[in-house]
Amino acid sequence: MIGVELRKLALRPRVWLSIGLLCLLPALVAVLLSVSDLAPPPGQGGAFLSAVLRNGALYPAAALAMVLPVFLPLAVAVFAGDAIAGEAATGTLRYLLVRPVARPRVLVAKLVALAVFTVLAVLVVAVTSLVVGLVLFGTGAEAVGQASAATSLSGIDLSPGELAVRMAAAIGYIVVSMVGFGSIALFFSTLSDSAIGAALAALAVLIASSIMETLQAAAAIKPYLPTNYWLSWIDFFRDPVFWDNIDKGLLLQAGYIVLFFGAAWANFASKDITS
Amino acid sequence: MIRTRGLTKRFGRIVAVDSVDLDVAEGDRFGFLGPNGSGKTTLVRMLLGLVHATAGEIEVLGKSMPRNAAKVLPQVGAMVEGPGAYPHLSGRRNLAMFDAAGPGGGRRGRADRVESALAQVGLSGVDRRPVSAYSLGMRQRLGLAAALLRAPRLLILDEPTNGLDPKGIREIRDLLVALNEAGTTVFLSSHLLAEVEQLCTRVAVVDRGRMVLQDSLAALLAPTGHVLVRSPDAAQVVALLDGQVVARDGDRLVVRHADVAGLNADLVGRGLRVSGIEAERRTLEQVVLDSTGASGDRIDGPTGGEDR
Repeated sequence: MIGVELRKLALRPRVWLSIGLLCLLPALVAVLLSVSDLAPPPGQGGAFLSAVLRNGALYPAAALAMVLPVFLPLAVAVFAGDAIAGEAATGTLRYLLVRPVARPRVLVAKLVALAVFTVLAVLVVAVTSLVVGLVLFGTGAEAVGQASAATSLSGIDLSPGELAVRMAAAIGYIVVSMVGFGSIALFFSTLSDSAIGAALAALAVLIASSIMETLQAAAAIKPYLPTNYWLSWIDFFRDPVFWDNIDKGLLLQAGYIVLFFGAAWANFASKDITS
Repeated sequence: MIRTRGLTKRFGRIVAVDSVDLDVAEGDRFGFLGPNGSGKTTLVRMLLGLVHATAGEIEVLGKSMPRNAAKVLPQVGAMVEGPGAYPHLSGRRNLAMFDAAGPGGGRRGRADRVESALAQVGLSGVDRRPVSAYSLGMRQRLGLAAALLRAPRLLILDEPTNGLDPKGIREIRDLLVALNEAGTTVFLSSHLLAEVEQLCTRVAVVDRGRMVLQDSLAALLAPTGHVLVRSPDAAQVVALLDGQVVARDGDRLVVRHADVAGLNADLVGRGLRVSGIEAERRTLEQVVLDSTGASGDRIDGPTGGEDR
């Protein structure tokens, strides 16, 4: 069943379209930056944007910081919201279940497909923005005079190897964050026969969480908001790596995955399939 | 093959299926008839474990459902409330997906299974167009092909000829008869009387969730014991058969008589002309109308109110 889900993912034009659109925004920003040569001053604008003009190898980090707050969760919500509700709408859910595929297997395959989609989306964004960054901004060798040194947010130079390791860790962290959020959408997808409805409900959670984060009065629940530690992957680029928020973020997302995947399981296993 | 006892399903306060005792024997071509909204589809969904019964027992292929779904369903082919397919994929790709999803769907032999199912429903020449470009009839055939993928012992079909033209309906009927003769039990749920009358050997009728009738088609359509006579000398026939004539409409008479040939010889022997004579049989339509209430999708206002 997992193989079938992955094949469905690969054969779906919508999947590739959404990943393509995710790559478009960072590419556009990169072109504008390189044409105008007007980077935001350090400490303002998107994370890493001030640094990329000096070293294109940092551009994937800047690109991920751009798509993470809205566009990446949007793509994840659409994909995960479609998981069960979309099958119900096309009438294929009942035929999978009478094939028979046990209901928990359907759900696990959907979660795996969600994780694969997220990895794919983040990786493609990272790779395309790396290429774009290197082409448009160079490796920084010209400016600094030494080969490929990137500067960490703490001002210490990172070797290319170190940068790659930290980038991989950041990508892993972002994937976990997105799967946590996707579990919420997956749960909504088992509640409804409308894929759009499930995706919008998940986005409503995202927006509500983002609003609460900025609200002083919500300080007590802030550590438990799904979006709270999303940007903590930036801490991988500090020297030394600032682990505190990263650990908390991973724990929180694991909690969300267990909670909402469990809820999806409980609901789907006992549900009457009338679609 | 299928046996339910006291099968009941409530959705909130609505009783969709009310204490149904269904018996389908091996080798039957079983017609499950009922008006729209009578609970047919809900019952079919319960047989397949899609909807959970509120009360009662279900046995399919001798095993209780839905507990044994993993053992029972691989031997059952089903089409429930229209076909379902991934619209952006071709028909072949769709069948390959469904084949791979279930047990026994190894890569080896998959192409053969898919091709033979397509050939059975008359789609073997289908090209790589996505299903979204298919006509309703082609989708229906594809749905049937998906049901036939594992050469099932039991076929459960809900309105299988929906959207087919008369020739297509005929083809599907011939296919179902051939499969049945090769040993497949066919359970067909439909509101189309003609379809059931032409295909099925046994019939059940549901109305508002209750089963009102379950019998063999031959028994339901047995002669009523009346003979329909047409005669230009109708008045003399009435005089002759005093008391046996149940109804008269011009030259048409309904006569209570057991022996058509005997009655004919009797009338002709007395010099009365007969232009038509046959045993009266009820049509399936009459049987169903007699045993069911108003149409399922008809909603009358409160009766006995004043005129406005």
